[in-house]
Formats: sequence, structure tokens, C-alpha cells
Amino acid sequence: MSNQSAIDTLLSTINMHSHSFEENTAHVEIHGNRVLNTTLVEGLKIESKETDRGVDVDILVEAGTVIDEPVYFCFGMLENGLQHIRMNVRFGEYAKAHFISHCSFSNATEVEHIMDADIHLEKGAEYTYFERHVHSMDSGIKVVPKAKVTLEDHSRFSTEFELIKGRVGLIDIDYEAECGPYSVLELLSRISGRQDDVIKIREAGHLYGEYSRGVLTSNIAVRNQARAEIYNELTATAEGAAGHVDCNEIVQDQGRAKAIPIVDVRHPKAHVTHEAAIGSVDSKQLQTLMSRGLTEDEAVEMIIQGLLRK
Amino acid sequence: MGIIELYDVSLSFGEHQILHNLTLDFWEGHIHAVVGPNGAGKSTLAHTIMGLPDYRGHTGDILLDGKSIKGLSINERAKLGITLAWQEPARFHGIEVREFIQRASSKSGGEKSPEEVMNMVGLDPDRYLVRDVDTTLSGGERKRIELASIVAMQPKVVLMDEPDSGVDIDAIQAIFQVLESLKEQGTTVIMITHSAEVLKHADHAFLLCNGALVDKGTVEQLSSYFERKCVPCTHKNVPDEEVKI
Repeated sequence: MSNQSAIDTLLSTINMHSHSFEENTAHVEIHGNRVLNTTLVEGLKIESKETDRGVDVDILVEAGTVIDEPVYFCFGMLENGLQHIRMNVRFGEYAKAHFISHCSFSNATEVEHIMDADIHLEKGAEYTYFERHVHSMDSGIKVVPKAKVTLEDHSRFSTEFELIKGRVGLIDIDYEAECGPYSVLELLSRISGRQDDVIKIREAGHLYGEYSRGVLTSNIAVRNQARAEIYNELTATAEGAAGHVDCNEIVQDQGRAKAIPIVDVRHPKAHVTHEAAIGSVDSKQLQTLMSRGLTEDEAVEMIIQGLLRK
Repeated sequence: MGIIELYDVSLSFGEHQILHNLTLDFWEGHIHAVVGPNGAGKSTLAHTIMGLPDYRGHTGDILLDGKSIKGLSINERAKLGITLAWQEPARFHGIEVREFIQRASSKSGGEKSPEEVMNMVGLDPDRYLVRDVDTTLSGGERKRIELASIVAMQPKVVLMDEPDSGVDIDAIQAIFQVLESLKEQGTTVIMITHSAEVLKHADHAFLLCNGALVDKGTVEQLSSYFERKCVPCTHKNVPDEEVKI
């Protein structure tokens, strides 16, 4: 398959095509271990190297660069196999960019997608990362995203992980962040599991810088026999450090959900809170929607989709 | 004949009887108030008419337009035109006000737009329709949004549990204007209240005490009775025979 043909096929799985991108929009398409395309903008440098197992990618947003349009990544596997992405991301001082990443495995049945990311944000940098997964309805997909994030002072890292279409298979997220003074960390996961899907999330934020802030949020739905285990940890060791851990899980059928929030505060002027709500759909929400004429199934679906959109 | 009729309805939770042999009817196109002190069984009555799961084990019968609805689920009753506004409306994370209203109207074939019903309840559609029905809204705002979703349904019967609970004076006025408008369109409104102020907006009233109907009549009759005998009520949750009115 030619590069252009592979790009077109890959983008079509996420309802996009090559013409979706404006001229001043950076975008990268990676299929398996092939880098199909790299379109850059000023101040953004991306170097990639194809390996036997996947691709190594170095991303640099140069100091002072502000990229107004989102930078698009599309990772995909049109057939079965392994895709191991090693990503080294560096934002220079006061650089600012928003990345949108689609991971499409909508046709594959046996896929292993491993992401090892090392992210470093220099002083005042802002990196927003949205990752949407589109999977097939087969259970043989294994997704293992790991990231180590370093936030220097006054930097900000916000990430949102979404997997609500298709089967999860197995997902095993492991993010760890070191937060310097006045930095902000926001991690949000929205995942819907069904059948025998397994969802594992481990997120840890170390608020060692004074007045650093962190919010870890997980919104999860498990149906049928799906299982979810969420470990969210915030450690605050500096004056003014503040954070919140929020875990919402809806359990239907024979699904199982476990949430373990760990809050570790080691400074009298630090403050971290946590909140976890696990269980079936809230009865008042359900009854309210049913009293508007929705069936129980319709009401449950609306409530779950709302939680996953949150 | 009323649009909603209760015949000898009793409800117990375990050994504790909450409703005692209620026989009463609510008339089409009228605003009714069910008054009484805390614990009188007013909200229980509303939940029983709506058919909430915990309240379906009653004896006696409930009719809508002369047909029993006793065996029907909440949404089956809603499809027939009965709906309920809670004292404390539910919060829905990730569901926008517009979707909340549209889903209600789509199920009943209601023709009013979300913009129209939001204007009716006194909330700016441009400002509110894109917001989520969640904790970012005050209790009063959610109350009015819930009412907007009900107006969009164009129901036959609206059960309003404590319509003035948690809302400011302007909001209360907007709520009563909407209830009047529903009444003009032929909707039957049943307000659950322990407030003499709310009672004034009704055409007819029923007085409950300890789960039993102790009086019914005009608002004037019930206001006097309610204020004289039942505030505060000393008969909360005691057996029938001990109630001395």
C-alpha cells in the first residue's frame, strides 16, 4: 500500500481525510512502524526513526513558540501486530501547543500498542494533549500508554484520554508527573469497558513545587463482565501545593470497579482532597429521565454517556 | 370524574404504614395542592402516583383517565402523560440543558423548542442551553430547568414536589406563571407543599396528616385548617387512631 493510500485509509477510520488539514496545521501519520507523513509548522521540530517494533519520535516545540492550530497525530494499525512508540517530547520555555492524537485500531483484531513517552516542559510552557482511541469490537487489543512528565516552574500539562468507542480489550495506563513550583497538572481519563475488557489506570502526581496544583480525574463505565482498577496518587510536599483526586465509576451488570485514591500530604500548608463514587447509576437521575418517558436502558445509556463526556 | 383517581390506596414499608386508605381525585386542568406537615406522606403520595420502584407495592388502585396504571413502570406512566418534578432535582454530569430538554420532548412529541421553554421559566436560552445540568447550576436554576423539560413534554399531569424549595422570589414567580400556563393548556398540576404561600396558587387542596386524608376543599378552607391545626404537627408517623384533628 502506498503512503498516500495508507494515510487515506487510516484517516478514514477517524472520519478525516488529507484535505481535513489547513495549510498551517501540523500533522503526522504513523501506521505500524511506518511514518507516512510529517507536516510541520514553524517552531515545531519532529524527528522520527522507524524501528523493527514501531517508531521513535522526538518532538520539540521551541522556546517561545505558540502554535495556534492543534497539532494532529494519527497512530494506527490497519492489520494485526505490534506498534511500539517511543516519544520524547520537549517544550522550550513559554512554548505553547495543543496536540490531538487519534489512535485507530478500528479494523484490527490482535494489536498491541505500546507508548512510552518522556515529556519535559520547561518554565512557563503549556502542553495540552488529547488522545482519542477508536477500536474495533474485537477484544484482542492491548493498549499500554506510559508517560513520565516533568513540569518546570509555571508550566502546565493537561491531558485527556478517551476510549468510548469499540472494545477496550486491555488498557494499562501508567502516568507519573513531577510538578515544579506553580505548575499545573491535569489528567483526565474517560473510558467505557464492556464484555471482558480490562481497564487499569495508575496515575501519580508529585507536587513538590510550592503552589503546584494537580487534578487527577477518572470517569469510567464498566458493563457486562468488564473490570476496572484505578490507582490515583497525589503527593504534596510543598507549601501551597494543592490537588484533587476524583474517580467516578458506573458499574452495570456483572462489571467490577475498584478505585484506590492515595493522598499523601507532607506539608502543613499543602492540601489535597479526594472523592470517589462507584456504583450503579444514580436512582434519582434514572427516575428523572424515566419520568420524562425514557426507557430504563435509554436512561442508563444517557447517564453513562454523560459521565464519559464529562 | 378526575383525571387521576386514587381508590383506597395504602402503602407500607415493612411494618410502617405510610399511606392510609387514600381515596381522592384530581381534576383535569386544575392546580391542586397536597398540604400537610413534614412526614405527612405528601411526597410519598407523589412518588406512588409516578410509580417509583419503591412505591409500587401499594394496595388499592390509581387510575388515569379511568384506566388503572397500577402495573405500569415510571416511563410507561410518563408516556401516558404523567411526570414528576423532584423537590431537589437530580444533577447530570456531562448532559447539556438542551439535550436534557430535547430528550424529554422527543419522547412525548412535544412541539415546544428548548429556547421557548427556557424563556417560559425565565432563564436565558443563550446562556443556559449549553451548560451541563450539574453542580455548576444552583438548586433554583436546576429547578427551573427541570420545569422547562416538563413543559417541553406537554404532559397531562405534573406532580411538583415542593415547587418553592430552594428558589428565590423571582424564580418562584416564574414557576407559578408556568404552572398557570400549563393549567390553561389543560394540564393537571399537583403541588406537594407545606407552605401556605404555595397553597394560595392552588384551585383545590387536600390535607394529609400521618398519611391519611383529613380534609379537602377550597384553598381558603384548607388554609385556615392547615394553619390552625397542623403547624407544627404533633402527629408525625403515629397510627391513625391517635390522630386527633
